[in-house]
Amino acid sequence: MSLLEAREVGKRYGPVVALESANLSVDAGEVHALLGANGAGKSTFVKILTGVIQRDGGSVELRGEPVRVSSPSQAARIGLAPVFQDPALVPDLTVAQNIRLTGVAVEKVQQRLRELDIDIDFTEQAGDVPLPLLRMIDLARAMARDPQLLLLDEITAALPSDLAERVFAVMEEWRRRGRSVLFITHRLAEVIAMCDRATVLRDGRDVGTLVPRGGGERQIVEHMLGPEAAKAEARAAEVDEKAAAEDRGAADAGATTLGVSDLRVGSLAGVSFSLRGGEILGIAALEGQGQDDLFAVLAGERRAEGGEMSVAGKALRPRHPYDAIRSGLVLVPADRLLALLPQRSVRENIAAPRYNRVTRWGPINPREERRRVAKAIEALQIDTRAQRQVRRLSGGNQQKVTIARWLASGFQTLLCFDPTRGIDVGTKRQIYALLRRLADDGAAILFFSSELSEFPLVCDRVLTLFGGRITGELAGEGADEASLLRAMHGLVEEVAV
Amino acid sequence: MTAGSPQVATQTARLRAAQRILSDNPAIALTFIFVALFVVTDIVNRAQSGKAFLTPTQVSTTFLYAAPLALLGAGQTLVMLTGGVDLSVATTATTAAFVTSGTAHDHGTGAALLLALGLGFGIGLVNGIGVAIFRVNPLIMTLGISSVTLGALTIYSQTRFVALVPNIVNTLGSSRFFKYVPYDLLVWAPIAALIILGLRHSGFGRMIFAVGDNPVACRLAGVRVWQVLLLVYALCGAFSAVAGILLVGFNDAADLGIAAPFLLPSVAAVVIGGTSILGGSGGYGGTILGALILTVLDSLLTILNAAPAVKQMLYGAIILALAWLYARTSSSD
Repeated sequence: MSLLEAREVGKRYGPVVALESANLSVDAGEVHALLGANGAGKSTFVKILTGVIQRDGGSVELRGEPVRVSSPSQAARIGLAPVFQDPALVPDLTVAQNIRLTGVAVEKVQQRLRELDIDIDFTEQAGDVPLPLLRMIDLARAMARDPQLLLLDEITAALPSDLAERVFAVMEEWRRRGRSVLFITHRLAEVIAMCDRATVLRDGRDVGTLVPRGGGERQIVEHMLGPEAAKAEARAAEVDEKAAAEDRGAADAGATTLGVSDLRVGSLAGVSFSLRGGEILGIAALEGQGQDDLFAVLAGERRAEGGEMSVAGKALRPRHPYDAIRSGLVLVPADRLLALLPQRSVRENIAAPRYNRVTRWGPINPREERRRVAKAIEALQIDTRAQRQVRRLSGGNQQKVTIARWLASGFQTLLCFDPTRGIDVGTKRQIYALLRRLADDGAAILFFSSELSEFPLVCDRVLTLFGGRITGELAGEGADEASLLRAMHGLVEEVAV
Repeated sequence: MTAGSPQVATQTARLRAAQRILSDNPAIALTFIFVALFVVTDIVNRAQSGKAFLTPTQVSTTFLYAAPLALLGAGQTLVMLTGGVDLSVATTATTAAFVTSGTAHDHGTGAALLLALGLGFGIGLVNGIGVAIFRVNPLIMTLGISSVTLGALTIYSQTRFVALVPNIVNTLGSSRFFKYVPYDLLVWAPIAALIILGLRHSGFGRMIFAVGDNPVACRLAGVRVWQVLLLVYALCGAFSAVAGILLVGFNDAADLGIAAPFLLPSVAAVVIGGTSILGGSGGYGGTILGALILTVLDSLLTILNAAPAVKQMLYGAIILALAWLYARTSSSD
């Protein structure tokens, strides 16, 4: 029986069409995936279904009854509970206060978190809780309402694999109880493993509903990209992989650009490694093993408590991101909201790091700026239809802008903290290829990802971090999920003994 | 529910498109309001005294009167673009007015003007140090400095000094050349051009917007936010001092209340001009139109014999109404 029926739902913002006309049918007891490239309209769709924004046209039925969801609280009353991409929490309030704000009983949320086997101090300020745990709190909060339909918008994008497993368990539970889940993700492996059916959106329309288990990945990708683009994409991916394999052999030649020895800060308890130009070095870790601190120190956001860093043999002690940037170390942060100027144009955002000195007087050279920005936009294939204000871009395009800034301003070492979070498959491949190209041109890249399958695709070498120390080093090709997970739990040494 | 809605949808879409054009180009709407207000004033004036208001002389007078307000609004615009507000612009202008008239006799006009500008810059710098380095809330910091400055001025005004407004300052603040061109335009126009072009085409201008939009992102892009804020508040002090010099030239004497009536209008001009109260978007062009609109409005109220108290209430109401309006348009996205 159909639980939710949405027909020809549409939404536009002035001339920008966010959702053209989309149909969706979710059965009771079903885990249903909502898929599509960045900007296809997935998030808009979920926001319409849960009353965050109002649809311009179309109809929505719940168990055969037409409904007009006018607000999030009404959505909750009729059994629709969402978990959004960006956790909706007030950073200065404690976790418990945040939960009370939404009118959910704290005890219920606590109980749900216990069931998920997650331990959170409810008196801590929400701003101090790491992002993955905030997502889990959001999930527990949604579960506490015991909804008929859970809508999970890219919840696994920022989650390490152990927490993602728990989300899957929740989805299983909901299916077993005859309730439903609408699951948005860019990770096709999760769709194939978890979902009964998948609806694919392209350019604001639904282009097909299919069963992922039988046909698999290729069919979904074809639907997402459109038949022509998919063929070209497959060919390009093959070429890229071949080229990448050839490059790995030749990458050993570069000199050390970044040296880190016995670095200590926060939970980082003495880490040493070196990174050469032309090399992509992966950092694999479970949540909270010190990777955040490592990237923050290298980017000049935090000061080291001990140890040495050097760039091209020269000691590096950045006191401000400005110093790190001058030494060629630039950061693509996990949270794109930290890196963007939401009200400003794509061009101003991309050019921003070029104008970061008060003492740089005189006018901007518009031709030079346009050229550099255009080049960066082309390299990342940013969709610039809504370029007057970055906040009007889709999440994936915003993410691309955070990388494009550094292409336009130049760098030696790129610090990428989960750069493909919330990005569709096609774009992910573009970014892998881009990182490889940058490395070929001599850049050094430090790469953290919460998605383990990315390491063998992207990295020449992978270090695993556990408890603030390096617990293993794997060659890029050998960094399969099993070996990574073992090393990430600090198990390698015990095996060796 | 769906029947007949396409037509309604296109109508609302058209309305929204119009709204967007206006919110993207507030100058069009503001120019229209300015002209309309002028015409209304003309009609009212003809009805009351039989005289026209829409004359070259009155246009010229409007620009003459608007200059000090627009210069206070200049600094205010920069500060508000960074997400702050400067409540000390009026007392800074008063300081400059006093210093100009108080030291010109003993030390010469040039020295007096330099001192006035330097003091304005200095007061702004102190505001900047408080806001940028010690992270004091801009409202509190500038209000505190304003109070300190006013106290100091009161003491200074009680000492014995020869007050003299130099002729050149007097001419600059109150006379015109070619019959219709106010001298104060010679001061105001270059500053306006510098700010408008600077905001759009210089790295520092970009940083002002960026700091107001997202200071965290600025830091990650390597911008040292405190330097930007320091300079912005110092510039605001200097522009306020220029406004004070024009005011003392216009009034031909300094008194403690010379600039006080301009404080709220300086904020109102910026808000009318479409600069976001939260920072990050807007510009000086809008503020200029805001200052002109307020000046004509003042003339209209004067013709209508409105008491100063009524004017004050009206300015407050305008700010509140606009703040509400802009909040509505930006949240409808």
